Amino acid sequence: MNDLLPLKPLPEPNDLTRPFWEACRRHELRIQRCLSCGRLIHYPKIICPYDHGTEFDWVRVSGRGTVYSFVGAYRAFHPGFQPDLPYTIAIVELEEGPHMMTNVMLPPAEVEIGMKVEVAFEDINEQISLPKFRPAGAP
Amino acid sequence: MKGKAIISGIGETEYSRNSGLSDKALQLQAIQRAIADAGLKPQDIDGFIPSAVAPNLYYEDLVENFGIPDLKYTATLHYGGASGTGGLHSATMAVASGVARHVVVMAGRNGVTGSGNISRNLAVTPPKAILDQASRQFEAPFGALVPMQFYGLIARRHMHMYGTTSRQLGAVAVTMRSHAMLNPKALMKKPITLDDHQNSKLLADPFRLLDCCIESDGAAAYVVSAADVARDLPKKAVHVLGIAEGHPPSPYSIATRNDLMVTGATQAGPRAFKMAGLKAQELRAAFLYDPFTFMVIFQLEVLGIIPWGEAAAFVESGGIGLKGKLPVNTHGGLHSQAHSMSGINHLCEAVKQLRGEAGPAQLAQAAPCIVTGFGDFGDSAVALLGT
Ligand SMILES: [Zn+2]
Repeated sequence: MNDLLPLKPLPEPNDLTRPFWEACRRHELRIQRCLSCGRLIHYPKIICPYDHGTEFDWVRVSGRGTVYSFVGAYRAFHPGFQPDLPYTIAIVELEEGPHMMTNVMLPPAEVEIGMKVEVAFEDINEQISLPKFRPAGAP
Repeated sequence: MKGKAIISGIGETEYSRNSGLSDKALQLQAIQRAIADAGLKPQDIDGFIPSAVAPNLYYEDLVENFGIPDLKYTATLHYGGASGTGGLHSATMAVASGVARHVVVMAGRNGVTGSGNISRNLAVTPPKAILDQASRQFEAPFGALVPMQFYGLIARRHMHMYGTTSRQLGAVAVTMRSHAMLNPKALMKKPITLDDHQNSKLLADPFRLLDCCIESDGAAAYVVSAADVARDLPKKAVHVLGIAEGHPPSPYSIATRNDLMVTGATQAGPRAFKMAGLKAQELRAAFLYDPFTFMVIFQLEVLGIIPWGEAAAFVESGGIGLKGKLPVNTHGGLHSQAHSMSGINHLCEAVKQLRGEAGPAQLAQAAPCIVTGFGDFGDSAVALLGT
């Protein structure tokens, strides 16, 4: 344990969410899809909320989306985020429909609702890469 | 259910930041005061609805400490800040059905030094149980951890849609504080200006420090009784005109709620008004759950009291002040009175206003009024009260 470098909370993939996180590790954004009605579901669920199907696959989405809303984090409520301040917490609406919580990798003052963004993976360790977003078409 | 239930008694502990009392001691004290206020004996209580936000107090504690001989009904509510007012829904059903005669609803905690400091508990070491939930597994890793940030996402969207400004949020804060200054139980008594709000520390943009409610020690409780006991009460009965609860789409997560302007109150509001046979424009006072300044503006609109996009200007023009068209939170709210009792302090203030016991903040006419609870980022309870 290194008390000087507090670790951020990390996802702990379980049977329901493992396909999502394994795809992220390969730098692919994949969303759960119901096999009977074809709707995309995020966060992953045991039963499809639209038609109650119970069989799914994981479809690769474009990774493109728009900022639906965002918050500028100026205080770290967990010490692991202190070095990132200020950072941007955002809800991104994927081109394919689902909304997801993420970070836009820009200072909050440079983010706007409606901004076009695309996924950019941040490798955390051997198991986890986090799907974050950056302005679309950025070099 | 209409006409079947009254609020017969209210009880609040002292609100402080250093009570030195355990969760349980605070909670039992609030219950004892509410029972006495109703002119009842503890043995008369036959129903109990604690909030899950009140840690460590179960029906067993009630029965053991008060020697309740025949508890006929108990249920614990798990909708965060909506549980305090939501308890009125369950209690009204219990007395309307004849299952129970006198039901205690209670919430409270030692919120500063005790078990109940929610922000600290959630954030410092995100518990495994939280990270196991699919919702939190997809949120905490991005540094989305505390209510301030989640509610901030709703507020930012509202600002984008309707042009709501930080100064307008500040107008809520200044009004809440001006009400708290008149309230003997309020913790925050120092006057604030709009500039103080604008200069307060930015924490989760759009929210500054002075957009946020306080944390405190304290508990509050009320007794719901069958309406036929009204004439035997020592104090004026407060009638439950309308009561409803509502639960939002994507209740685990606002991130996956496709329209952030939809919430539990979207459904609960019309149900409560229909039961009461009232229109929102007939209200004379409102007691709105206010963990953040924005939630006052938001609920005025969600509940149809003010048209969408107009509540911020209504607040800015003094509409929610004591002399305004619709006084809101005459006790100072969660923002400036106290916050550790799941909004039961709002319900207690509503009862005091309706009885004429609200002291320097007493309104000439407070009936009919609305009390809301709002919790877990979307659960909602809406009560309409009168005399
Ligand atoms: Zn389906």
